[in-house]
Amino acid sequence: MAKSTSGLSRKRMHEMYRTMLRIRRFEETADDMYMAGKVVGGVHVSIGQEACSAGVCAALREDDAVLTTHRGHGHSIAKGTRLPEMLAELMGKVTGLCRSKGGSMHIADVSKGHYGAHSIVGANMPMAAGIGLAYQLEGKDRVAVVFFGDGASNNGAFHEAMNLCAIWKLPVVFFCENNQYAVSVPAEYSTSVDDISVRSKGYDAPGLTVDGMDVAAVYEASREAVAHARRGLGPSLVEAKTYRFFGHSRGDPHYGMYRTKEEWEGWKAKDPLIVCEKMLKMTAKDKKAHADAVEAEIREAIEFAESSPEPEESVALEDIFA
Amino acid sequence: MPEVKMRTISYSTAINEALHEEMERDEKVFLMGEDVALSAISPATAGLGDRFGHERVRNTPISELGFTGAAVGAAMAGYRPVLDMRRIDFMMLAIDPIANQAAKLRYMLGGQVSVPLVIRAPEGGYSQNGPTHSQCLEAWFIQVPGLRVIVPSDPADVKGLLKSAIREDNPVLFVEYRSLYSLEGPVPEGDHTEPIGKAAVKKEGADITLIGIGSQARSCLEAAELLAGEGVDAEVVDPRTINPLDVEGLAASVRKTGKCVVAEEGHKSGGVGAEIAASVQEAAFGSLKAPIVRVAALDVPVPVHTKLEAIVLPSTEKIVAAAKKLLA
Repeated sequence: MAKSTSGLSRKRMHEMYRTMLRIRRFEETADDMYMAGKVVGGVHVSIGQEACSAGVCAALREDDAVLTTHRGHGHSIAKGTRLPEMLAELMGKVTGLCRSKGGSMHIADVSKGHYGAHSIVGANMPMAAGIGLAYQLEGKDRVAVVFFGDGASNNGAFHEAMNLCAIWKLPVVFFCENNQYAVSVPAEYSTSVDDISVRSKGYDAPGLTVDGMDVAAVYEASREAVAHARRGLGPSLVEAKTYRFFGHSRGDPHYGMYRTKEEWEGWKAKDPLIVCEKMLKMTAKDKKAHADAVEAEIREAIEFAESSPEPEESVALEDIFA
Repeated sequence: MPEVKMRTISYSTAINEALHEEMERDEKVFLMGEDVALSAISPATAGLGDRFGHERVRNTPISELGFTGAAVGAAMAGYRPVLDMRRIDFMMLAIDPIANQAAKLRYMLGGQVSVPLVIRAPEGGYSQNGPTHSQCLEAWFIQVPGLRVIVPSDPADVKGLLKSAIREDNPVLFVEYRSLYSLEGPVPEGDHTEPIGKAAVKKEGADITLIGIGSQARSCLEAAELLAGEGVDAEVVDPRTINPLDVEGLAASVRKTGKCVVAEEGHKSGGVGAEIAASVQEAAFGSLKAPIVRVAALDVPVPVHTKLEAIVLPSTEKIVAAAKKLLA
């Protein structure tokens, strides 16, 4: 499993730390709002997996694309999605990114190259191939990254999309967040290989497994995969071993149902924020500076979302046809 | 008005012309599907690969889910893909990108994207290809809000509606009837388009309305001819698109005749005919002198044997029989 080297600038590391903290605090806020009955629909938080979002998106340009999953707040934030409009979407406000019709599972901010969270597991991968195809036809060196989980790597959509990208050399990075569980089903039961990245061999594409709790390692692997795509050499498969500290959704506990307390505590000790703080030898003052900036942003998002109106009835019948 | 010059071409040639013209007109249009690049393999796509190159006329692996999803992605990113499904039966492997993604993305993302995608789906029987190569499945897709569904029955409509479909900013399921591929008919020269959402009276008449969907519009015209021999003046109406469905266009005919047969090649239960019968009676109940009668495929798979296939599928004779029973 690839670990980070120490070649990254402190500035870059601080940026990625900030991104991870923004994700952490946004999702804690979303969870609080959910528990307070202020969220419409469900939320799936990615707390514990923030290094994946932050590391990948730090390797992207603004005009690159991402597509994500039902657990997509982190990727959205890392790609530049606006927090107030995102929280408003979760809280069923018409100012939300999807005008309150998509909810947490369909967050998108196309103006930022975010082509959507897609809640049908696996469905985003063929669409990413198509966005890659559009970029190739345009003749520009843009790249599409698609996030998915260990469960989705068992879906036909993954294999069909990998093959299409391989035969057409499409500029797509397949980024698998292997958080070990598809809801309750362990990857070691459902998946034929220990390292999902080896599946790239079937498509003659590069594959690499990295420590998904180490944002620098994720960034370095992503930078390489993105460069490969940008040079017109086709897809790569990067697998990050990671863990969600929460249940799949609020319907299951952090541990005790299908994960043991010991396993959970083992992963908690590798919290990507703490790993990054240690790498940067952060002082209390450093941490406070990050925290203060993020808290201000979160407060602004909450104020915006709380004060936004609910949708008019007419919104139900809008946006169906162009 | 300038005089429109007509010439006689086949249904498949009309599709081919529409594809050539739209690819010529708009460089964002490209074609994908199994075996589309080889000119000799299908009359509908003949010559396109040679003319536009294999970047824009792109063979795919047998990955219906993969390439349909890819088409949705390319459409979101500003292209206008046209998919060739070879047979609608194969499209069942790609329901997710069609029903869950293409049709819903604009709505689900609050209007942030449009999905200008055309899925050409040749379908139907009368060819002894059996249960999984003969189906007519358009009824499934009128249950999917966000998807246009077009069912052209003659060369002029297939050309004009395909051109409109490619220019449409929404996903379109464009059904083609394999039994009509060799049908010849008059098609205007030049840039001929037809409006999406407008039924057409294919033959005027006063005694009874025959509504035919796709291949059965043709059967209804033949039935009208046979009925004329028995002194019955039947009107034939073709909805041409079933999402949107031109209920008023259909109801106008029924108000005039008071009697109606709806014919489709798909199965009877939950079919397009059922939807049309319900919509037309809501709009024209007061004018109906008898219940609307459906002629459709029987609710069994389509068997291979010629004799058995004929029992299951609708036909001109079955439409004539249904009309005569109504008129008796």
